[in-house]
Amino acid sequence: MTDSAGHLSIRNLSVAFGSQTVLKNVSLDVPDRKITVIIGPSGCGKTTLLRALNRLLDSEDSARIEGTVLVDGEDIYDPKTEITHIRKKMGLLSQKPQVLPMSVFDNIAYGPRIHGLRDKKRLREIVERELRAAGLWEEVKDRLGEPASRLSVGQQQRLCLARGLAVGPEIILGDEPTSALDPQSSRIVEQRLSVLKADYTVVVVTHILRQARRIADYLAFLYLGELVEHGPAAEIFADPRDPRTRAYLTGEIS
Amino acid sequence: MGLRRRRVEEAVFKLLMGVSTAVVAGSLLFILGTVVVKGLPALDLTMITQTPKGGYYLGKEGGILNAIVGSLLLAAGATFLAFVFSLPVVLYLNVYRRRGSRFAVLTRFALDVLWGVPSIVYGAFAFLLMVYLGLRASLLAGMIAVALLEFPIMARAMDEVVRLVPPALRDASFSLGATKLETALRIIVRQTLPGIVTAVLIAFGRGIGDAASVIFTAGFTDRVPTSLLQPAATLPLAIFYQLGTPVAEVQQRAYASAAVLTLLILAISLAARTIGRRFKRHTIK
Repeated sequence: MTDSAGHLSIRNLSVAFGSQTVLKNVSLDVPDRKITVIIGPSGCGKTTLLRALNRLLDSEDSARIEGTVLVDGEDIYDPKTEITHIRKKMGLLSQKPQVLPMSVFDNIAYGPRIHGLRDKKRLREIVERELRAAGLWEEVKDRLGEPASRLSVGQQQRLCLARGLAVGPEIILGDEPTSALDPQSSRIVEQRLSVLKADYTVVVVTHILRQARRIADYLAFLYLGELVEHGPAAEIFADPRDPRTRAYLTGEIS
Repeated sequence: MGLRRRRVEEAVFKLLMGVSTAVVAGSLLFILGTVVVKGLPALDLTMITQTPKGGYYLGKEGGILNAIVGSLLLAAGATFLAFVFSLPVVLYLNVYRRRGSRFAVLTRFALDVLWGVPSIVYGAFAFLLMVYLGLRASLLAGMIAVALLEFPIMARAMDEVVRLVPPALRDASFSLGATKLETALRIIVRQTLPGIVTAVLIAFGRGIGDAASVIFTAGFTDRVPTSLLQPAATLPLAIFYQLGTPVAEVQQRAYASAAVLTLLILAISLAARTIGRRFKRHTIK
């Protein structure tokens, strides 16, 4: 693939915290409008990789980052790059849904508002459209003024999804987005992601293999900070090339 | 033997804790009791609605309205000044600086040291500042002195709550493309509003009761101040001057003034709790 091919590509990315190297020379072209799932055991660097993609590692102590991450051909680690503009292109779902300390409506309107939208009618339209996209509208349409913290955890995660969509991203990042959810809510979030991939490039990190099997179009296996293998999910699940991938898929290493 | 020893140990320490608790609770009751019993006979409507008339300190007519109004104005102004400096410091430490950065550690240490500085030292420092600025003892100079005293208290109290904001909440805001300032003002402040309100009111309570910082700076007058540059009476100093007279009746008024001050502080603490609870609606646990 060439530079301009995808929304998101990672080139020779290495990350170290102090003396500990967490990611070693990772390169990956993320296919557009598909769900790319990054699998690997705990502590393999999955979350670090995801956080490196929208420069949230910046806010942490002592992270040393080398290599490049290209978003629409723009190097996000170039000091000239305006980070708020990069982050706006990516919605983030964290492990534990993190709603903002305000009402359901304001949670979704927060993003558009900070990017300058004031028109109340437009805001209402966006809130409804994104809540529908996240599959939450029917459940909360009469509770828009309530504090978002009163929603169930499963609803909160879909609210976070809608909130991310409201700033008009191209990419959705999910950091084990269902790990705090009950099985039914997890399924709903998975279904939404499978629908949303028609319009968005989705990258999900998970350690749940069954989840990867359910939703992945493209699979990347990360082990001890190294990108061991990546390719179309069906191929890797059927016939992993690297013995480490095989060992992980069969449950020998976890 | 082991079990017996441990049982005795348990009993001894339980007794010690009981005694300590009784001493603390007892002193509070004793102080309140003294103030009320000694002050109540002298506390009437004139006391809180009138300014001192001629010869008030010798037992003649009048009240302490000048000190009540002076104290409220002074503490309000000082608290406002302290707030204007505390909030930016706290947000800077917690949003703009990395967690555990050396700068933040040093700043917190400096605030802790300032917290421990005796208020007479703030009074003396503010006095020098006042002379340097060409001010006279006035409401404004008193506000500056009390603001100096309140600032470390308010800043540290706010810092303690703002530090507890989960990093994931900041990240959620950042990931929507918010700047640090937007995140600080719209998310962090909103999340910690109950704590911020409490911090402000704690500092206010501390400021309104302090005598040493205003003794050189605010002056003292029998009139209710009408401008920032006029001297202002304060309740702590009113208590001090009234206790210092040889007239028994006036001394009793000192206790009445102390009762008024105590009630004011009590009201502020209660307000802090209720207002704090009000703002919890949207707070995320």
